[in-house]
Amino acid sequence: MTSWLASVDPLFAHGVTWAVVIIVIAKVFVGFAALMVSVMLMIWFERKAISDMQSRIGPQRWGPFGILQTLADGVKLFFKEDLLPAEADRFTFKLAPYLVLIPALITFSIVPIGGTVVIAGHPVLLQVANPPIGILLMLAMSGISVYGVILAGWSSGSKYPLMSAVRASAQMISYEAALGMTIVTVVLATGSLSTHDIVMAQSHGIWHWNLIRLGIVPFVVFLIAITAELNRPPFDVVEAESELVGGFHTEYASLRFALFFLAEFMNTITMSAIIVTLFLGGPAGWVPNIPHVRWVFPILWFLIKTVGFAFGYIWFRAALPRLRYDQLMNLGWKRLIPLSLGWMLIVAGFLIRPSWGFLMAALVILAWTVLTRAYTLGQGREESIDSILPTVGERPLPGRVLRAWTDREKD
Amino acid sequence: MIATAYAIPDVLVFLTSALLILVGAVGVLAMRNPVHSALSLIMALFGVAVAFVAQSADFLAAVQIIVYAGAIVVLFLFVIMFLGVDRTETVRVEPLVGQRVFAGAGVLVTVAGLITLFARSHWVTGAIAVSSSGQPLSTGSANVTQLGTAVFTTYLFAFEATAALLIVAVVGAVLLARRERAVDAEGSQS
Repeated sequence: MTSWLASVDPLFAHGVTWAVVIIVIAKVFVGFAALMVSVMLMIWFERKAISDMQSRIGPQRWGPFGILQTLADGVKLFFKEDLLPAEADRFTFKLAPYLVLIPALITFSIVPIGGTVVIAGHPVLLQVANPPIGILLMLAMSGISVYGVILAGWSSGSKYPLMSAVRASAQMISYEAALGMTIVTVVLATGSLSTHDIVMAQSHGIWHWNLIRLGIVPFVVFLIAITAELNRPPFDVVEAESELVGGFHTEYASLRFALFFLAEFMNTITMSAIIVTLFLGGPAGWVPNIPHVRWVFPILWFLIKTVGFAFGYIWFRAALPRLRYDQLMNLGWKRLIPLSLGWMLIVAGFLIRPSWGFLMAALVILAWTVLTRAYTLGQGREESIDSILPTVGERPLPGRVLRAWTDREKD
Repeated sequence: MIATAYAIPDVLVFLTSALLILVGAVGVLAMRNPVHSALSLIMALFGVAVAFVAQSADFLAAVQIIVYAGAIVVLFLFVIMFLGVDRTETVRVEPLVGQRVFAGAGVLVTVAGLITLFARSHWVTGAIAVSSSGQPLSTGSANVTQLGTAVFTTYLFAFEATAALLIVAVVGAVLLARRERAVDAEGSQS
């Protein structure tokens, strides 16, 4: 039992004592508090940055630079009336916010925030948990948070939230495929699923970061797919205000709405942290040789990188127009999934032997050519009637086919 | 004998997962609302994941949640929502007269068969206790390595055959469900 735990986290190497239990509980509390505070700051930061980009002032009343605005909003939401729509499915309506919030909290637990520190003689990983399935936990949790969105939309008993829920389920499932494929690329290069190992494999300098080592493509695909998974702009068709009122949480009020809001921003922070973990080496960076505070610098590096991505998301929101739903689906299925699959095969080939890598690259280019040809053929078939290919699925009567041909002659 | 073989935490975990699975499975059948049935199904799948973790099959647990709970039941819900849910769907009307008797008989035969198999055949349930006989799963990340090696060497043919089967099923489904837009436009013209 102990040896198994030690393989998960060096903290348990000398058995589970009271000190170890206290350290674990402290890690959980610190992680939770840090996440909550960072959500508060993130909401403020987003509002302030967006305001600056749109030449507005933004929140300014509460605290210096309006930094306590989120707290004030939280208190306001807390004291608002809790509405339950008459048409709502009561149980599911109450359940849905937690199905979004809890996965958001759990996902953060696998993010390595810093290196290893020694507390009271115990080596402690600066991450809440380091399960052997590691990054798969993130995929599983993003799979669960889909339910929160779907069930919130459905249980509201209202049209627009339902439409939003249907969009959300399609979108999140579609982009999960590309997401999984890029994660597989990272895992192949590392040889381990654990986030700690992924970070350690990138700790020997900037040329070992997966961003560069795997080529830029997996990083770009992951960034796009995770933005879609978060339902953030430019992929926020789920809560497109101009079309769907407010999206899946239109009918939610008070504290339950606050939970959705909290989870959304928590996910934004967590996913920025996950990108940093997978592609930018997590806490890796230059550490000056100052005694006693060496452990602070990895945390600082991690924070700088994560804030960089969080700012990137805000910038996306300010700069990019929303994609249409069909554009979104085309991007996901026809571009990102083939691209990430092909790149994964090439990386896998190079990991075995360079010659295999080049062979794979040739095969992928061949497949890409065939696929492009198929797309152009398919496009023509959708848009015009002069198709050489026979109809699929409908099985028209012979007379009708003939009529189609003769009508075409007339035009 | 059983009480001495298992530690109390293991028993508690097993009871929790068994309860999750059973309540979920019964809920799938008993709930009136299809969406609630789907929710119960998720609960049952979670129970199975807990059981996997308890047997230190972490990877299987993750895959269980990613694939079954994360993708398949979402598709169920997607379809339920698209087709529209009748909240007061009645099950009193029998489309096939007399099917209930046959269904009951089928259930009885299946359950009896399963119980006989469990009782008599070793290969159904595996070793009685992993710790006493048989190879235990390796723990930690070695677990994934072990599984990967098994799938891509010993069971490669079955794996590839499953992959091919799934691809064929997907392509077939798309082929059957797809409507040609050009022909629709023509159909409305003529």
